[in-house]
Amino acid sequence: MTPLQIIFLLVAAISLGGAVMVVTRQNLVHAALWLILVLFGVAVTFVLLNAGFLAMAQVVIYIGAIAILMIFTIMLTRKVAKDTDEQLNSNWWGAGIISLLLFGGVILMLFQWQNFQFNLPNLNPSVDPLLQLGEGLVSPNAFLLPFEIASVLLVAALIGAIMVARERK
Amino acid sequence: MIPLSWYLIFAAALFSIGLFGVLARKNAIAILMGIELMLNSVNINLVAFWRYLSPEMITGQVFAIIVFAVAAAEVAVGLALIISVYRRKSTIVAEDIDMLKF
Repeated sequence: MTPLQIIFLLVAAISLGGAVMVVTRQNLVHAALWLILVLFGVAVTFVLLNAGFLAMAQVVIYIGAIAILMIFTIMLTRKVAKDTDEQLNSNWWGAGIISLLLFGGVILMLFQWQNFQFNLPNLNPSVDPLLQLGEGLVSPNAFLLPFEIASVLLVAALIGAIMVARERK
Repeated sequence: MIPLSWYLIFAAALFSIGLFGVLARKNAIAILMGIELMLNSVNINLVAFWRYLSPEMITGQVFAIIVFAVAAAEVAVGLALIISVYRRKSTIVAEDIDMLKF
């Protein structure tokens, strides 16, 4: 066991435990706080995978914006969503069976794939992945068009969100 | 050295837990939280495949960034819809939102 493996197992265990809490807690604000823990765990996983920029973006976008937005919405709608009410619907056991079947099926598929035990290739030290990512996002030969389309999608979605949530007189 | 399989199993477990949240939760905001868990597990997979199978190409990370943008858009519109439904129907329980039912 190397230290990196121990760190990964710890982070994975904490994230999965937090994820179970997210889907089972009665109190939605607590569920949102557990969600923040899971998002941090995923950010640590990105760091372990040498994707520092994505880890930073994960903290800024997911924790800083999405999780906070969710907590705001939970608090705005708290009058109807009482914590004492039953939070799982009547078909929750079916949902559990479907999730377990999916997990088992994916694991079964993965074990039949010969690259499954693939070991880590070394990064080329002369190429900086962050530099490569930045150039890729603005280079017309690489990902300029998808990146611009994602930006337009985001603007359209935010304007749409304002229109949908606006109070009509 | 962490084998690729550990990341894939972790992501598969996170995806399944998120799927359970989407299918079993009553509250619409909790369903969105389950979707966030699923999108995060997809991102782990994308970045892990980039790092292990094609570290010389940056495609995996770019794909993860586009998933970030789509997730932000999805949450913004989803929460706006929930607020709007809350104003009109005073409920955010997904079963009770049946205005489109024929």
